[in-house]
Amino acid sequence: MTFTTARRAEPEAETPRPKRRRGTQVQDTRVDRVFMVGVYVLLTTFLLVVLVPLANIVASSFSSPAAVAGGRVFLWPVDFSLVGYEAVLGNESVLTGFANSVFYAVVGTIVSVALTVMIAYPLSRADLVGRKVLIAGVLFTMLFSGGLIPTYMVVRALGLLDTRWAIILPTAIAAWQVLIAMTFFRSSIPGELYEAAQLDGASELRFLWSVVLPLSKPLLAVIALMYGIGQWNSYFSALIYLRSEELYPLQLVLRDLLIVNNSGGSNLADQLAAQQMADLMKFSLIVVSTVPVLLVYPFVARHFTKGVMLGSVKG
Amino acid sequence: MSAAAPTAAAARERRRRTRRRNLRRHWQLYLLLVLPVAYFVVFQYVPMANNVIAFKDYNVVDGIWGSPWAGFDHFERFFANPVAWDLIRNTLMLSLYGFLAGFPVPIILALALNEVRARFFKRTVQMVTYAPHFISTVIVVSMLILVFSPRIGFMADVLGFFGVSRNLLADPDAFRSVYVWSDVWQTAGYSAIIYMAALAGIDPSLYEAARLDGASRLRKIWHVDLPGIAPTVVVVMILSVGSIMAIGFEKAFLLQNPLNLSQSEIIATYTYKIGLLSADFSLATAVGLFNSVINLILLLAVNTVSKRVTGNGLW
Repeated sequence: MTFTTARRAEPEAETPRPKRRRGTQVQDTRVDRVFMVGVYVLLTTFLLVVLVPLANIVASSFSSPAAVAGGRVFLWPVDFSLVGYEAVLGNESVLTGFANSVFYAVVGTIVSVALTVMIAYPLSRADLVGRKVLIAGVLFTMLFSGGLIPTYMVVRALGLLDTRWAIILPTAIAAWQVLIAMTFFRSSIPGELYEAAQLDGASELRFLWSVVLPLSKPLLAVIALMYGIGQWNSYFSALIYLRSEELYPLQLVLRDLLIVNNSGGSNLADQLAAQQMADLMKFSLIVVSTVPVLLVYPFVARHFTKGVMLGSVKG
Repeated sequence: MSAAAPTAAAARERRRRTRRRNLRRHWQLYLLLVLPVAYFVVFQYVPMANNVIAFKDYNVVDGIWGSPWAGFDHFERFFANPVAWDLIRNTLMLSLYGFLAGFPVPIILALALNEVRARFFKRTVQMVTYAPHFISTVIVVSMLILVFSPRIGFMADVLGFFGVSRNLLADPDAFRSVYVWSDVWQTAGYSAIIYMAALAGIDPSLYEAARLDGASRLRKIWHVDLPGIAPTVVVVMILSVGSIMAIGFEKAFLLQNPLNLSQSEIIATYTYKIGLLSADFSLATAVGLFNSVINLILLLAVNTVSKRVTGNGLW
């Protein structure tokens, strides 16, 4: 109490009026109210800084080529038109890239999730002999990695260069996801279940398939989404391992179109002939390629929070 | 000593028997492990072993093990090149800048969000600021190129208002700021999640006590919130300092253009160029290995210091 009076020597501490007005709510002093204004200003600024560029891209993508090329679009479409989207969706290399990316994301996610469960579940079992060594082996790859060229040499020696497998296999398991899955299995599958299954004569595989996996749906959702989005967004493996354009994932096609500006196929060169159209197409391309991620986003936002927290429980 | 010998032998025998029983009981678990372990051996540990070519004059005909030894020639060759120090400086400066700018922002964001009572506002800020995390690097760099384009981008107008009229993406001195602040834009919201989780875990009775003592909101943050999230802050800090030399290839490579190369060429992009574009495998591997080793040493050092000072570490 003495502490309070000593610190709150400002005049408003003596006036009882604000207390009544604010009813049962927690008392905010003037300093606190100023502070809260600061908090809201800060967060609103941050919100706008994130939102404005995104809104600008979307608004531009729905504008007319002339408005975009003239730099006249800010947050709302100018001369609303869909020609940017028509051009993008009529572009062959974009469509091929899109289809390839769907393939890499779907197959890659299935392979990655399967392999992650196959290593994380056994390693989550405290009674497994050799578990510590294997866990250390997984964790060490987080601290030290082979590097670009040594990995490239392995892919080359296996004959995977310029094949679809080069996109899926070298990055199939992420040590971080193994850690998350292990922590989940260890903390949310009760030992009693295992004992009961043993008594019923269920084998290990049977137990994993019929008991553990159905109980692990939230985990499977989280790691599948992380692998899926990771695969959808990556271009590095493709840049290094692929030569044939018909195997390119969307991100590499986008890099060529948006950043390098070397307009690949001849079909495209015709379309890029008009500079205005080229500008507009870039905005539409960005939106089109981000749509799949945005579709899963509401779901993702909820589950990823859990994923981060699963990972933050140290194993 | 002689009395202990038979018991030791018995213990060994017992252990061997348990191990055999363990194998019989868990063979299905070991079966599951086969493929993932093969992945780690082939795509993680074989590349680590391939690093040996950093000490050899690698040629395709003799292969990795048959090529003649070269000792530290490639390392000497790298450091004899004046470019080496530019690369190291660029890499370190970019990471340090990224760390100094990127580390505090998510903490401030989480502390501010934690003060907000209005649920709708809080959820909106969270949903929007998480979103950029899921956008691919290719798209983020494309967006940067578009919004900073002097001809069509709105950011060019904003900068013009403040009297900056050059194209930031073509300016070597602006490269680091563009890289770092776009990173903050992309990741701050998502990185705040882990601190939000830590804040949610703080014992409510501490807030109760702070309120009884008449602490202002700012004091409550200083005396309750910050100590509460300190362990999380330390872990995140170790991880970021530990990856200071591991700064990614993807974004720097995409942001590079002939005009900003003096600042934007970092070790990762250089390794790619001499390794895959000039096919000097041994030199590229040596540079990559140098980078990984420094990184590992940094991580171990930071972890040790942190354990000594704060009692928190990664392991």
